[in-house]
Amino acid sequence: MAQFENRKSFTHDDDSVVVIIGSGAGGGTLANELAQQGIDVVVLEAGALHDRPDFLADEWPAFSQLSWLDNRTTSGSWRIAKDFPNLPTWICKTVGGTTTHWAGASLRIQPHEFAVRTHYGALEGANLLDWPIGYDELAPYYARAEDKMGVTRTNDIAGLPGNNNFKVMHAGAQKLGYECNTGHMAINSQARDGRPGCQQRGFCFQGCRFGAKWSTLYTELPAALVTGHAELRTNAHVAQIEHDAKGRATGVTYFDKDGKLHRQKARLVAVAGNSIETPRLLLNSASAMFPDGLANSSGQVGRNYMRHMTGSVYATFDEPVHMYRGTTMAGIISAEAGHDDSRGFAGGYEMETLSLGLPFMAAFLDPGAWGEKFTGAMDQYAHMAGMWLVGEDMPRETNRVTLNHELKDQHGLPIPNVHYDDHPNDEAMREHAYQKGSELYAAVGARDIYRVPPYPSTHNLGTCRMSAKAQDGVCNAYGQTHDIPNLFISDGSQFTTSAAENPTLTIVSLAIRQAEHIGRMMKERVV
Amino acid sequence: MFSRPLSRRVFLKSSGGALVGTLAFATGSIALLAPSRSWAVTTELLTTHEGEVLLQFTRHVFPHRDLEDAVYALVVKDLDRQADTDPETLTLLRDGVTALDRQAGGDWLALDAAQRQASVAEAAGSAFFEKIRSSAVVSLYSNPLAFAHFGYQGEEGDMGYLFKGFDDLTWLPDPGVPDSGPIPGV
Repeated sequence: MAQFENRKSFTHDDDSVVVIIGSGAGGGTLANELAQQGIDVVVLEAGALHDRPDFLADEWPAFSQLSWLDNRTTSGSWRIAKDFPNLPTWICKTVGGTTTHWAGASLRIQPHEFAVRTHYGALEGANLLDWPIGYDELAPYYARAEDKMGVTRTNDIAGLPGNNNFKVMHAGAQKLGYECNTGHMAINSQARDGRPGCQQRGFCFQGCRFGAKWSTLYTELPAALVTGHAELRTNAHVAQIEHDAKGRATGVTYFDKDGKLHRQKARLVAVAGNSIETPRLLLNSASAMFPDGLANSSGQVGRNYMRHMTGSVYATFDEPVHMYRGTTMAGIISAEAGHDDSRGFAGGYEMETLSLGLPFMAAFLDPGAWGEKFTGAMDQYAHMAGMWLVGEDMPRETNRVTLNHELKDQHGLPIPNVHYDDHPNDEAMREHAYQKGSELYAAVGARDIYRVPPYPSTHNLGTCRMSAKAQDGVCNAYGQTHDIPNLFISDGSQFTTSAAENPTLTIVSLAIRQAEHIGRMMKERVV
Repeated sequence: MFSRPLSRRVFLKSSGGALVGTLAFATGSIALLAPSRSWAVTTELLTTHEGEVLLQFTRHVFPHRDLEDAVYALVVKDLDRQADTDPETLTLLRDGVTALDRQAGGDWLALDAAQRQASVAEAAGSAFFEKIRSSAVVSLYSNPLAFAHFGYQGEEGDMGYLFKGFDDLTWLPDPGVPDSGPIPGV
C-alpha cells in the first residue's frame, strides 16, 4: 500500500527527530502538522496496519481485529469492574488508533466548560479545576480542525441525511420541544478531500470501508508520510521514555513485532497513547531521578481519570425501525448539555442516537442477564431504536490509573489497573438522562424501554491533565509537561475536565495548536 | 449444517456426538435461508446426550420460543470447540451434565419444562451456568441464522444502505431538511 510507504526512515541514534507515541486523533494529527512544517517525526504505533479493505462488517471479528485487548485490571464501584473486569475501555490498537472506531461526532466544548471550577464551585469529592486555556483561544483551532476533518454543518458542508433511528429520535424530540438534527459529524455528507460521501453502512464502529468518516489512518498519516518528514513504525510498543542527567527526555525504548527491544533517540517526545497507556508509560518510566514516574512531581499522573457519564436508552415499537442501517450516531440533541443547577447536578449531557448490531446488542443490553426479560428485548431487535447519553463526569483524585505490579504484559511490563467510582453528580446526571431519554421514546409510543448501563469506555480523559500551576496537574496549556520541557502529552489525557462533548474534535484542535507551539520552540531552540 | 441426506460422517464418527433435527418453522426466516429442512451439528468431544442437554439448558437460559434448535445447536458447537482446546472446560461441562442427570434421577431431559426451568434457575451463578451463559450470549446471536431470525442484516450492510432502506421508516413524520441533510445525488 503505497500510501503507507515510508519515503524516509531515520536511524535509531538520530537525536534530531520528534518521537510521537500513538497514531490516533492526537498523535496522527500532531505527526502531520509537524511534518508539514518540515519537522522530522517518527511515529511509533503499537498496533498493526489495517486499512479500509481489511475492515470487517461483523462485530465480534472486527472487535478482535481493531481493539486494544492487552490485559488490564479494574477496581472501584463502577459496573464495568463487574461486567468487564479486564476490558475497561473500548479503544483501538491499530494504525489510526481509535479514530478507526469512533462514531464521528465533532462537537466543540462549550465556553463555560473550560472553567467549571469557577462556574460549578467546589464540589465535594471532585478535583475540579479550570482549564489553563479558554474557549476563545481554542476557537481558531476548532475552526481549522473542522475544516481538516470535514465536519458537517460547518464550512458550508451539508448535514448527513437521517436514518430510521434518527427519525424516531427526531419525532420524540419534537414532542419534548428539543432541537434535534443529524449533528456535527466528521463524516463526509458528500465527496470531499479525496474521500467519498457516506454510504450509510452502519459499521462506523468497525472501521469505515469507504473512508467517508475521518480517521488519521487515511488522512493525516499518509499526508505526513508523503512529505518525506515522517516515518511510521507499526507494531512498535513503547516500553519507557528515557532522560539524561539534566532531566530532559532523550528518547524511548520500544519492542518491535518480534519482541526485540530498540532504542530510538529523540529531540522531543510526544505521548498520545490514550488515557490509560499514556500515564502507564510515564509511570513505567520511573527512574532514580524520577522515582514516581516521569512528569509526576504533582502526583497527578494517572489521577482524575474520566470516562464521561454514560448510559443508553433503547426502546421498542409496534412498527419496525432497523436502527442498524446507516450512520451509528445519526442524530444529536444538545438541549440538556448546558449547566443548569435546577436539575440537581452540575454540568450537562448530550443525547446521541446509537445502534448496535445483534451481536453487540446481546453483549451490552444488560451484561450478565438471562431469562425472558432479556430475550423479550432481543426478540424485538428489528423494532428497536436507541440513544447514547454522554455527559460531563467529575474528576476525582482517587479515580486513577496505577501500575498493577503483580501482572505483566507480553513484554514483561506491569499492566495498568483502572479504578473508578461514580461521583454522586455523575449518578444524578445519569438518572436525569435516563428519564429524559425514556420520556422521549415514550412520547413516540414506545412499547418497552430499556436503561442500558455504560459500555467499556471509548472516551478516556484526564490522567495527565493540563493546569496553570505545576502542582495541580501534569502539563501546561500546550500539553508540555511542567517537569520535562521536551516531553509533551498529545491526547485526551490532557483534558482538565471532561466537558459533555465527544472529545475527538478537541483532541485534534489541541494537537494542531501544540504542533504550532512545538514548531516555534524548535525554531527558537528552546527545546 | 444443512444436509440431505445426513452425511455419512455424522454416523461414522467414533467419538463425539451429533445433534440432528428438522426445522420447526417451515416458512420461517431461517427456512428461507436453508437448502433443506434437515440439519445436523457434529461435536468432537461432547456426546450426543451431553449435546442435547446443553442445547435444552441453553434454551432455558435464553428462551426464544420461535427460535429454531438449529441455532441453539451452534452454542453446543461453540462449547464443544472450547472443550477441545481447554480440558478444564470439558470437565466443567461433563460434570455439569452428569450432575443435572443425577439430580433428575437419571435423565435431565426426561423432566418436564417447568422442572428443567427450576433446575436451571438453581444452577444460576455456578461456573457451569456461567460458562454456558457467557458463551451463548456471543454464539447464539452472532451467526447468520440468528441474524435472519431477529431481523438484522449483518454483512448485507457492507456496501451501504444509502439506496437500500436506511431511511425507509414511514410510520413517523419525515424530519425534512435541514434537521435531516439532503440525500446525495437526489
